[in-house]
Amino acid sequence: MGNDGHIAEGKAIISGLDRQVQVRGLKSRLFRLVVILLSLISTLPLLLILFYIFKKGISAINWHFLVSLPKPVGETGGGISNAIVGTLMLIGVAAVLAIPVGILIGIYLSETPKGRIAYNCRLAVDVLQGIPSIVIGIIIYEWVVVPMGGPSSFSGSIALGLMMLPAIIKSTEETLKLIPEALKESSLALGVPYYTTVLRVIVPSGMSGIMNGVLLSIARVVGETAPLLFTAFGNHWMNTNIFKPTSSLPLIIFKYATSPYTEGHKLAWGASLILIIMILVLNLITKLVERKWRTPF
Amino acid sequence: MLTTANPSAMGIRIRERIFKYSLTLSAVIAIVILLAIFLTLLVGSLPSIRALGISFIYGKTWDPVSNKFGGLPFLAGTLLTSLLALLLSAPFSIAVSLFLGEYYRKGLVAGIFKNIIDLLAAIPSVIYGFWGLFVLVPMVRSLEMKLNVAPYGVGVFSSSVILAIMIMPFSVSLSRQVISMVPLHLKEAAFSLGATRYEVIRHVIIPYTRSGLFAGILLALGRALGETMAVTMLIGNTHSLPHGLFGPANTMASVIANEFTEATGRIYSAALIEMGLFLFIVATIINIIGKQVIKRFTFE
Repeated sequence: MGNDGHIAEGKAIISGLDRQVQVRGLKSRLFRLVVILLSLISTLPLLLILFYIFKKGISAINWHFLVSLPKPVGETGGGISNAIVGTLMLIGVAAVLAIPVGILIGIYLSETPKGRIAYNCRLAVDVLQGIPSIVIGIIIYEWVVVPMGGPSSFSGSIALGLMMLPAIIKSTEETLKLIPEALKESSLALGVPYYTTVLRVIVPSGMSGIMNGVLLSIARVVGETAPLLFTAFGNHWMNTNIFKPTSSLPLIIFKYATSPYTEGHKLAWGASLILIIMILVLNLITKLVERKWRTPF
Repeated sequence: MLTTANPSAMGIRIRERIFKYSLTLSAVIAIVILLAIFLTLLVGSLPSIRALGISFIYGKTWDPVSNKFGGLPFLAGTLLTSLLALLLSAPFSIAVSLFLGEYYRKGLVAGIFKNIIDLLAAIPSVIYGFWGLFVLVPMVRSLEMKLNVAPYGVGVFSSSVILAIMIMPFSVSLSRQVISMVPLHLKEAAFSLGATRYEVIRHVIIPYTRSGLFAGILLALGRALGETMAVTMLIGNTHSLPHGLFGPANTMASVIANEFTEATGRIYSAALIEMGLFLFIVATIINIIGKQVIKRFTFE
């Protein structure tokens, strides 16, 4: 009798434990479900944004849209040729300015793991990366626009170049750090001078990583608007002179998106689609470069 | 000996020296640029600092015509939108970080997800603003009608939602790394004691990665504070203090974007530059703290 009581008691405990285990398992599964659900919801904005831009942008784009100038406010038709040319010009000059400096600093940092200059330089690059883009706009306004007497494509390129630097520097440093010391030593042992070793052996071995950083930095600044507001300023006409104000895709999107005219909105959707395609293509190329010419170390 | 007698060796030595100097010089230039940015902002804002002093921070009226420059509406607007955005994005960014750092670390699903999050970071701010204006604002407006508040559409809430979407990838990229760096033996020990997946996450992963998750949130906050275009297009740009979650407001970055080119008068433009200085200092502090936390985490 007493024995039976003990058994019943034991069974009760075990079933209690069983229930506890079940509850814990259920909780775990429920949590996993919530994580997956929230993650899926997180992808919605991207899909929605791409959906709207493709849907509204496709109908705006045709050959005429790509090769003609914007029409005066209120008139139908018109295109964004000046903005496309302006963006290409801004980015081209910015890249020419930023790539050599960025790669040089990257080489210095990878060759100098320690030291006061290197430490401060790394810190400066980190801080530079975090500066809000509008502040870069103010700075370039004070440094370039005021001395040059007015806004220009050139000042816009300097602003964008400054914003490209951190990404180029970091990718160069990270890539070159991965290159084995033996490669450098064998080059030096053959009597090759240090600078030739760096420029002809080390940098080419890390080329894909550096290229990647350059492409990513371009993809990141091609849509920048805030630093261009006070520097490139925008231009209603075609401009190919780097010392004159120029239009660009982000600027034209901002201008027409906030205008009250439906025709302007159409222009802005089209410009957004072109800009998004540029960015997607740049990202795609980066991925391909990464896969195809992966640094072999 | 390869000394001065050999002209080509000497040429090499000179070139070598030039190369090394130019490397060092370029690194010094990076430091100088940063210092110069700080000094330019400081000097540019001196007229306003002298004329307004501390009243710049608590002054509520921003009226350039009568030379009143109180920055509080913009300060409040910036803090409100950024913190709200952080709050809105936190559950999602933690979920995505766990998804990519713990549940699905490799494979097709993880690859697709990683690309989607990367693309979210790649979309330009101005496109977020444009999309927000034409898709999000109408939705917010109908929500406001249901809630019986004035249906502005634009305002603090719309800006915060867009900001939340924009900063999510930044905190995810860091949190994911940190979560996937939790040592396997810690997790296995917990599993061997009979812990469920949830319990491992709750009692091993989260405590272990706390500082890293904090750094991720901090860096996302840095992004949110300085974000300009999308917020400018969605916040409504008033000059008064934000009233409530739905009304229009303004932020420091937006007021700079809207008024800097038209700012006539020394104190007016200096006041705007002072806001730039604020943003710069806050962003710098946040970045340095964030980077220190990450560094300590990776060395542990």
